[in-house]
Amino acid sequence: MTDVSIGTKDMADRRGLWTGLALLLAVGAASLLLPTMLGHLPEGALLPLSDWVGAGLNWFARDAGIGGLKIADITRALAAAAQMPIDWLKFVLADGWVKGAGFNKVHFAPPLSWLGVVLTAALLGLRLSGRGLAILTLVAGAYLVFFGLWASAMTTLASVALCVVVALALGLAMGIWAYRSTRAEASLRAVMNVMQTVPIFSYLLPTLLLFGYGPSAALFATVVYALPPMVHATVLALRSVPGETLELARMTGCSRAQTLWKVELPVAAPRLAIGLNQVVMMTLNMVIIASMIGAGGLGYDVLRALRRLDFGTGFEAGMGIVALAVVLDRLTQAAARNQSTGRQGLWSRRDTLAAVLLLAVPTLASLAWAPLAAWPGGWTLTTAPFWNGAVSLINQNFYEPLEAIRTALLLDVMNPFRNLLQAAPWSVVVLLLALAGYALGGLRTALTVVLLMLFVLVTGYWQAAMTSVYLTVLSVALALAIGLPLGIWVSGHPRLNHPVQLALDTLQTLPTLVYLLPAVMLFRNGDVSAMIAIVSYAVAPAVRYGIAGMAHVPSERIEAALMSGCTPWQSFRFVRLPSAFPTLLLGVNQTVMMALSMLVIAALVGTRELGQEVFTALSRGETGPGIVAGLCVAAVALVADALLKSGAMRAARHEGEAHV
Amino acid sequence: MKRLIASAILATSIGAATPSMAFEPESTDTIKLMITDWSSMLIDTEILNIVLSTYGYNVEKVVADDSARYPGFETGDLTIALETWQTTQDKAFTASVATGKVLDMGELGPHAKEEWWYPSYMEEKCPGLPDWHALKNCAEAFSSPETAPKGRYLGAPVSWGGFDEERVKALDLPFEVVHAGTEAAMFAELQAAYERKAPIILWVYQPHWVPSVFSGSFIQFPPYEEACYTDPSWGENKTATHDCGKPEGWIKKMAWADGEKVWPCAYDIVRKFTMDGKELGDLVYEVDVKARPVEEVAMEWAKANEAKWRSWAACAEK
Repeated sequence: MTDVSIGTKDMADRRGLWTGLALLLAVGAASLLLPTMLGHLPEGALLPLSDWVGAGLNWFARDAGIGGLKIADITRALAAAAQMPIDWLKFVLADGWVKGAGFNKVHFAPPLSWLGVVLTAALLGLRLSGRGLAILTLVAGAYLVFFGLWASAMTTLASVALCVVVALALGLAMGIWAYRSTRAEASLRAVMNVMQTVPIFSYLLPTLLLFGYGPSAALFATVVYALPPMVHATVLALRSVPGETLELARMTGCSRAQTLWKVELPVAAPRLAIGLNQVVMMTLNMVIIASMIGAGGLGYDVLRALRRLDFGTGFEAGMGIVALAVVLDRLTQAAARNQSTGRQGLWSRRDTLAAVLLLAVPTLASLAWAPLAAWPGGWTLTTAPFWNGAVSLINQNFYEPLEAIRTALLLDVMNPFRNLLQAAPWSVVVLLLALAGYALGGLRTALTVVLLMLFVLVTGYWQAAMTSVYLTVLSVALALAIGLPLGIWVSGHPRLNHPVQLALDTLQTLPTLVYLLPAVMLFRNGDVSAMIAIVSYAVAPAVRYGIAGMAHVPSERIEAALMSGCTPWQSFRFVRLPSAFPTLLLGVNQTVMMALSMLVIAALVGTRELGQEVFTALSRGETGPGIVAGLCVAAVALVADALLKSGAMRAARHEGEAHV
Repeated sequence: MKRLIASAILATSIGAATPSMAFEPESTDTIKLMITDWSSMLIDTEILNIVLSTYGYNVEKVVADDSARYPGFETGDLTIALETWQTTQDKAFTASVATGKVLDMGELGPHAKEEWWYPSYMEEKCPGLPDWHALKNCAEAFSSPETAPKGRYLGAPVSWGGFDEERVKALDLPFEVVHAGTEAAMFAELQAAYERKAPIILWVYQPHWVPSVFSGSFIQFPPYEEACYTDPSWGENKTATHDCGKPEGWIKKMAWADGEKVWPCAYDIVRKFTMDGKELGDLVYEVDVKARPVEEVAMEWAKANEAKWRSWAACAEK
């Protein structure tokens, strides 16, 4: 068991079998034989960590200070400073210059006309990429205007644009810092990993305490959420710059700053674009949660519509978010691509003039003809009744079979598995995880895993954490079962690539609540609805990595297989699959991470696990429990990450590749 | 075109100038009105926004969470909230007022009620309703496969409290309490069941649009008294608390205490601001069921009731 160096395939298989058997036996025996202390930790042995964290944070937010200057005053000043550009953008894009309200509401100036903004964005698309992007932009703009979502979309765009810029700047700066100093990299990586896995609801309350209520608090929370992928991407991108290029820069006498700006960043641009894409996607992902604490915009429209169970309107507003996400993403990607391929001079002075005219003329004209400023409510299109009717129709006609599926799933699969995990003594679970850690990654991994699990134990969230694990494991299994085969299949059909990417982007940015509530109508409140929510979100990385894994198989190997007379199935089973295995394992890792990050959203349909603890603490205004439960989610995520990453690394070594 | 802009600005500046000549607000500081995500509060707060802005106050609406509002009021991040429900916020509100940093501004008017609720088609399947004793005999009619033979009661989100687990135990009801994650998820299930005339019993509150759209009734539990929640010997079950229904109660206005010195007249207006329960219910119906914008509905009310709100603002009408 301890000797991992002899890892022939047969041995590994047999060992897996034995481990599984040992696991079942151990859990069974332990629950009977172990003293209660090792089975379930008594109340008295728990650390009141959440009380300490709560008290500490309250002190920090209310009384702490540096040299007579209160922390709270500093953060409030920051919030006020962040508020200014948001207000300014909103004034330009959404509201126009308005004073007063009610009986003396006065419009001093209209916002930029939608016609101007859409045409300018389309011109930008045309110059950056070509006709395809221009048409996409026009279609997205028309959708927002004709469905009456324009004003909300521009409010959202104002805060999203600012979030993206701030997260991009901070992420680049931190990434460059980490790239230059190995010590900084280690600590930054640890902090970023925690930041990425702590659910946003758990630091929302401290953010409110520090930054006050309103859009700027939402801005800070969003930046914290969207920052980690940018930092990771920056470090990776800078590392990928070839040594010869740097050598050249040194020989031509570039200063350090020149090397960075003129050589490293431009060369790294394509990989930086991946980070930027993640920032845009994650920022738009946060739109709903940000609107819960005062950011307004499309997210608020979704929430309002769903409150009155108007699924159709909620869906339309949600698709508005998707439209914004797709256009922003494709524009920024195109810009980054041009940067790296050296395409320059795309935007001429004539274009600037055209853009100014495109913006100015419709805006001035809107003074004379109001529909150019705000599309009249009476002229908007809506498909809401259709969607509401469809949900209702399914409910009335297909409820019985769906209910049978739900009941079978719940009674035969979900509940037994949950009960097993909850009954398992903590000592046995920790031990098994430690063994797995040792087998996959050595002593260090085993130690990390044990410490993280003990943290969950002593803070008193063990039971909740086990429920989270049960929900995550089942959801991930389902997501992988759907996602990986789909991804592998799509990789063989390049024509499908574009539509599939679009569908995945939609899945990741369409607010979950939009399809969660119809799911609740059919599957009721509880774990089945929660699982549907998690699967539909976590399936995206499974598909993406499925495609990527297959695409990276070296073509020589496939040809070699072909020449030695493999059937397509043999080639797949014995050549392509093993070769893609490390990448696929990383996909499993990402799927687990996504699933865990959805737990908090799943709490909105009535689960009883860590996500619910975080959500309840937030709505009760309890800082301490919110943060500690959030850290427990992070701990579970980090355990999964440590195990799967070491697994992927081992598999890669086995395959003789080092690209992990 | 230039003349058009000039005349537009001229026209608007005249429009802006007239009311401010009549009354000069005590301070140009912004009054921050708290809004949450339920409709009644959005509507009455928008009406207050219209009233205060008409007298020239700088007003801003700030979204805050129902339970997370108190630190905001104690530091002055939030100035005024029109709705604080006794049914869920009683303890936190009393504690916050006791700090001296928050003012109790009196009742808004409507009466809050929340209780177990069932659609009227369930009366056939469970004779004896709405009396709570009937639930003891027809739990099966309210059951779902995973709770059978027990009934399935759909409770509110965990954070709302409500003591339903305790209630089920104390009254020995053969029911299992399942918590909805959010209000929307709770009523989505109601709508699904209602469309199919399927069994359901759940938490409903008013003023809300649900009781006006779906026909049904509240269960009649032994009426709430304070002793019921604190004294086991009270009521039906001599050894347990919570053997009664949920408390009904006031909806109060609250304000940041120090603001009284900044905007005394605005605070006077807020104290006098009241809404009739039925009237507010009708406005909620317009917004939630007919899907009309809050601003439009509030403005309509303000235009129709101008004399009423001008009488609240006696200090500004001189």
